[in-house]
Amino acid sequence: MNVIETNKLAKTYQQGEVQVNALNDVSINFKEGEFTAIVGPSGSGKTTFLNAIGGLDIPDSGKVIINSTDITQLKSNQLIDFRLRNIGFVFQAYNLIPVLTAKENVEFIMLMQGDSVKERKSRAEELLHAVGLSQQMDRRPGQLSGGQQQRVAVARALASKPQFVLADEPTANLDSSSTANLLDIMYELNQNENMTFIFSTHDQRVIDRAKRIITLEDGKVISDKNP
Amino acid sequence: MKTIIKIAWRNVWRNKLRSLTVIFSMVLGLWSGLFAVSMMLGLNEQRMESAINSYLSHIQVHHPSFTENLDIEHTIVDYNSLQKFLKKQEGIKYFSSRTIVSAMASTAHGSAGVRLIGINPDAEKKITNVHQSMVKGSYFNSIKSKPAIIGEKLAEKLKLDVKKKIYLTFVDKDGNQQRLKLKVEGFFKTASSLFDRTNIYMKQKDLQKVLNNSAAIHELGIICEDLAIVNNMTALINNKSSENKAESWGQIAPELGFAQEMMGSIIYIFMSIILIALSFGIINTMLMAVLERKKELGMLMSVGLNKKKVFLMVVLETIFISLVAAPLGIILSYLFISHFGTHGIDLSAVSEGLEELGIGTRVYTTLSFANYISISILTLVVTFLSSLIPARRALKLNPAEAVRTL
Repeated sequence: MNVIETNKLAKTYQQGEVQVNALNDVSINFKEGEFTAIVGPSGSGKTTFLNAIGGLDIPDSGKVIINSTDITQLKSNQLIDFRLRNIGFVFQAYNLIPVLTAKENVEFIMLMQGDSVKERKSRAEELLHAVGLSQQMDRRPGQLSGGQQQRVAVARALASKPQFVLADEPTANLDSSSTANLLDIMYELNQNENMTFIFSTHDQRVIDRAKRIITLEDGKVISDKNP
Repeated sequence: MKTIIKIAWRNVWRNKLRSLTVIFSMVLGLWSGLFAVSMMLGLNEQRMESAINSYLSHIQVHHPSFTENLDIEHTIVDYNSLQKFLKKQEGIKYFSSRTIVSAMASTAHGSAGVRLIGINPDAEKKITNVHQSMVKGSYFNSIKSKPAIIGEKLAEKLKLDVKKKIYLTFVDKDGNQQRLKLKVEGFFKTASSLFDRTNIYMKQKDLQKVLNNSAAIHELGIICEDLAIVNNMTALINNKSSENKAESWGQIAPELGFAQEMMGSIIYIFMSIILIALSFGIINTMLMAVLERKKELGMLMSVGLNKKKVFLMVVLETIFISLVAAPLGIILSYLFISHFGTHGIDLSAVSEGLEELGIGTRVYTTLSFANYISISILTLVVTFLSSLIPARRALKLNPAEAVRTL
């Protein structure tokens, strides 16, 4: 069953006087439970593609269908609500809320979804336990290492029980052991809970663990492999 | 909502130095503004009180034409029935009659145009505070024959001293020049040097005898129980005694009444200017805070914080700064205003100028409770309005651009 369907996505940027074709008729579908890496050189369109399927950026043309909804047709506030309920994000720079503790960061998403206090508390603790941060729940991001912050970000991404998780260069700022640890956690979640992960990455360690590798170049899909 | 409030409050303290700088400038702005306003109000109130206590009283009643040319023939009409009415009237504290003549005062050293005011010394004590303003000699209790008390400035001009004689000439009702010799019993000094240069008090009976009219009363000074009822009481007296003309202190000295009315508006104009200046500081700081957190705000929008909540968060952050600063500024102002309201600020260095304006050398700061409340509300309103610009800026952030990557 397809979780995401994209149909002829196109996006053009004006960079100074040069027109950049960031996406050029890209059509990719993703099935539930995939662990996909999108690779390609800088400027190949990886981030633009992830922004489009994450509803952060509207393509010039084409469709992004998630749960039978074409999200390119949604209004700004509808899109925010759609993201909240369906998509988990993991950012390269972690992007946690610095004034909230690890647990409050994870609870924040559930709070916006309107979950009860009890539900929020138990799920946040469960998720932080799953990413190995039971002892650091009450620490603020500034008191955590990069790897620990990224693990909180993964727990936060999963808090809303999303359809899939989009992760943009999630290991770019991490050392080898943190990267391995984070990949183990995400891989386990993929294996055990059938959670769909889509990465944009340059990191060979991530690519090595991926079940599907899509290569983009100049806004076009040049390969789509299942190693 | 609770979490948005929590995040907003914690965000205020993320950059302590910056927030404290804004808070400090708001406290300083409020304190300096309110203190300056309280000084202006104090000066004006003292000027008004000084005029009321030294010569105006709350209400004055005259013959309708008397104030035009001080004609001695224009005495109060049917004084007895007016007196009876005033005695019965609730809200009237005291009243005292005066006999007034325009005269030329002269000594061996010079002469000056003066108002010769015949008073009943005991009754006048309850109406004006001249008896408390004696700087030399005494107030109608040591010289038996035709005593007079005169302003210190007039004494200086005419080079007079206590127990010396002063000659006064005026024209009586038949057009004949009358000459009157008084003995100076004391000098008074009120807050108004103009008043002190132009007035001489003597006993009413002595003056009435010279005028050959024991019923000659030109002015009635009235003190009411409360300043607030003065206008109504004036209207009531005019209604009762239509042959005479009652005027409130604000009508007799319109410049004082106008100043009093104007002060009510000035406080808000003055404080608004200060708060608007402060609002630029707030806008600048909050814009910096928003632009600095572009990525974080973008992330919040990416993960599902809707625009209404982002807007609310920035507005709350701004309001929290003001909720810390406003009470501090108001409390600090209250402490200063209360202290100097009791002890006064010594302005003797500029006493000459102040006396010309009819103000004493010590100013007592004053600000009403209602003013404190309305300034607090005004501060919150200005802060809220200031928060709209950075909050709107936050809404314009594009989540994709704000987080740069995904």
